[in-house]
Amino acid sequence: MLSTLFSFFYQFGDAFAFLVIASMGLAIIFGMMGVINLAHGEFIMCGAYTTVSFAQLGLPLPLAIVGGSLVAGLMGMLLEVTIIRHLYNRPLDSIVATWGISMIATQGVLIVLGSTMQGVGTPLGSFTVGGFSYSTYRLVLMGIAVLLLVGLYLLFYHTRAGVIARATIQLPLMARATGVDTGRVYTLTFGLGAALAGLAGGLYAPTMTLVPTMGATFMVESFVTVVIGGGDIFLGAAPAAAILAVIRSGLTAWQGQLFGQIGLLITVIIVIRVLPGGLSGWILGGRK
Amino acid sequence: MTGQGKYGLGVGPSLIDATPQQQRNTLALWLSRLEGPQTMGRGRGFWIGFALAVLVAVIYPMFVDGWTVGNTAYFLVWTFMAMGLGVIWGYAGSLSFGQTAFFGLAGYGYGVLTLNFGAAYGFTLLALALSVCLAALLAVVVGYFMFYGRVQGVFIGIVTLSITLVFQAFMAQTAGPEWAIGAARLNGFNGMSGMPPLTIPWSGGHVLLYADTALYYVLLGLMLVVYLGLRMLLNAPFGNVLVAIRENPERAEMLGYDVRRYQLLGFVIGGALAGLSGVLYTAWGQYITPSSMGITAAALPVIWVAFGGRKDVTATLIGTLVMIFLYQWLTIYGSQYAIVVMGTILVLTVLFAPEGIVLTLMRWIAARLKPAGGQP
Repeated sequence: MLSTLFSFFYQFGDAFAFLVIASMGLAIIFGMMGVINLAHGEFIMCGAYTTVSFAQLGLPLPLAIVGGSLVAGLMGMLLEVTIIRHLYNRPLDSIVATWGISMIATQGVLIVLGSTMQGVGTPLGSFTVGGFSYSTYRLVLMGIAVLLLVGLYLLFYHTRAGVIARATIQLPLMARATGVDTGRVYTLTFGLGAALAGLAGGLYAPTMTLVPTMGATFMVESFVTVVIGGGDIFLGAAPAAAILAVIRSGLTAWQGQLFGQIGLLITVIIVIRVLPGGLSGWILGGRK
Repeated sequence: MTGQGKYGLGVGPSLIDATPQQQRNTLALWLSRLEGPQTMGRGRGFWIGFALAVLVAVIYPMFVDGWTVGNTAYFLVWTFMAMGLGVIWGYAGSLSFGQTAFFGLAGYGYGVLTLNFGAAYGFTLLALALSVCLAALLAVVVGYFMFYGRVQGVFIGIVTLSITLVFQAFMAQTAGPEWAIGAARLNGFNGMSGMPPLTIPWSGGHVLLYADTALYYVLLGLMLVVYLGLRMLLNAPFGNVLVAIRENPERAEMLGYDVRRYQLLGFVIGGALAGLSGVLYTAWGQYITPSSMGITAAALPVIWVAFGGRKDVTATLIGTLVMIFLYQWLTIYGSQYAIVVMGTILVLTVLFAPEGIVLTLMRWIAARLKPAGGQP
């Protein structure tokens, strides 16, 4: 009985961690800048490839993951300065442009690095509860997902940088009038989103095969979380991830991974009909 | 609302139909809508150019071999999906990334129907109609949830893209023998094949439309019908309202139009046209695979339409044909770089010619020709 309960919480926690880690970068860029980054998956891929390369050079895995995240963040900032910056008043065009970037990145990596890359094994081994074996690393990922949410909350609500970022998002002109370099805030925010995507790639790199199209495996899940969540990260994406994790882990346990994905899709289609502003729009609706 | 040129707001003509009262004849009314505020090209100059283009397309098969004609027919197959996306994205202003979901559904629908019921008595044409209806039905369901939930532009792209990706993942895992509809095995990642081509019942036997000259002429005719039909529809009050919604949804709503209904209708037209492309593609090559709904396949129509110019159906059509030709040429001469080139073209178009490269060129030529009165 207890082991069944543990199994359920493990499945739920695993799905929750995946949804949170995979969608945070997308959610921040969308929530703060209104841009849906279709190259999100490619930042994840970038983080994963860099992490594995660093690890193979002999760096300890945690450092390699941080390195992967930083490289993805730098790529994001580069992209913001060269392309995204020019499209802020054209949200649809910015999505289309990021799609073009995503195609170039996927195919470019395929041409340069080939169709697969030697991965690193999942660290930390496993443990047994009631006759079933569980991966310790996935337990660590759950902890990291929670830490990530707490850390981002502290960053945005309890630091000066967070105040400036939120001010820029709410009233860009006023923020500029008080001396904030809004262009730099946008660059840094996009970089943060890309770095979080890279972190997702680094964290999940040991658990999956590295292929240039691996970003696509994160796409549906992270899109769905952000669409259901709406604009706010903490009142939207986080509870959305929790709800979707229940649906996904339930359906996956019952019928397999594909049905988990189909369940998510049906949920999103129904939710947008009932709550057009997403969860955060619904939660914040009373306040406005 | 700036820089719209002759597109304007589109609200004026929709309030009072610009056609004179005495023109009671419905046919004449619709024919008059071949020209109008929502499509480029008017006057004798344009239609002479149009007739010449059609003439060239008609006599073209006499100068090349059958294989090349069949290959050109393949180009025409895609134009329907592109024109449909142009209606949704360019005219109604809501970008769908998942047109390939309708494409795939109708393609698989045609395969399942014809593999089960054969091709006798012109059944393939009925299968075509049913499959297109199936795609339209999916568009109604998806569009209802999106537009009546008042989802904004960005989310429509994500939801439709998610649908096509999940659909692809679903079809890719149907390899086992338990995945069959009647006599039709779905065959997972390898896709379905062996369905009959389109057949037209004719005196003294059927005309089988293999990828050859006959199919080319049928597709050319169909493309012209859809192109001219869309021109009329878009210049009708319906099209004017769509453009009004694109320019300013609140204003359109204040003027008394049910924005959601018009958006849904535009979406269904686009979905049905994507479905038509799907059926024609399946019938052309007698196979369809899940990758026709994958992320790359979904991106291509967006690239064609962005390159051509989404806000004009003529520009969309020309741009699509140019891009498909280019893509095929690239896949022959540098296969792995084709997608990189396509992505680069998309980014450059968005940055430097957001209205579309063909449309920008057409406007430039039109401005040059203005003193002469004609437009290309």
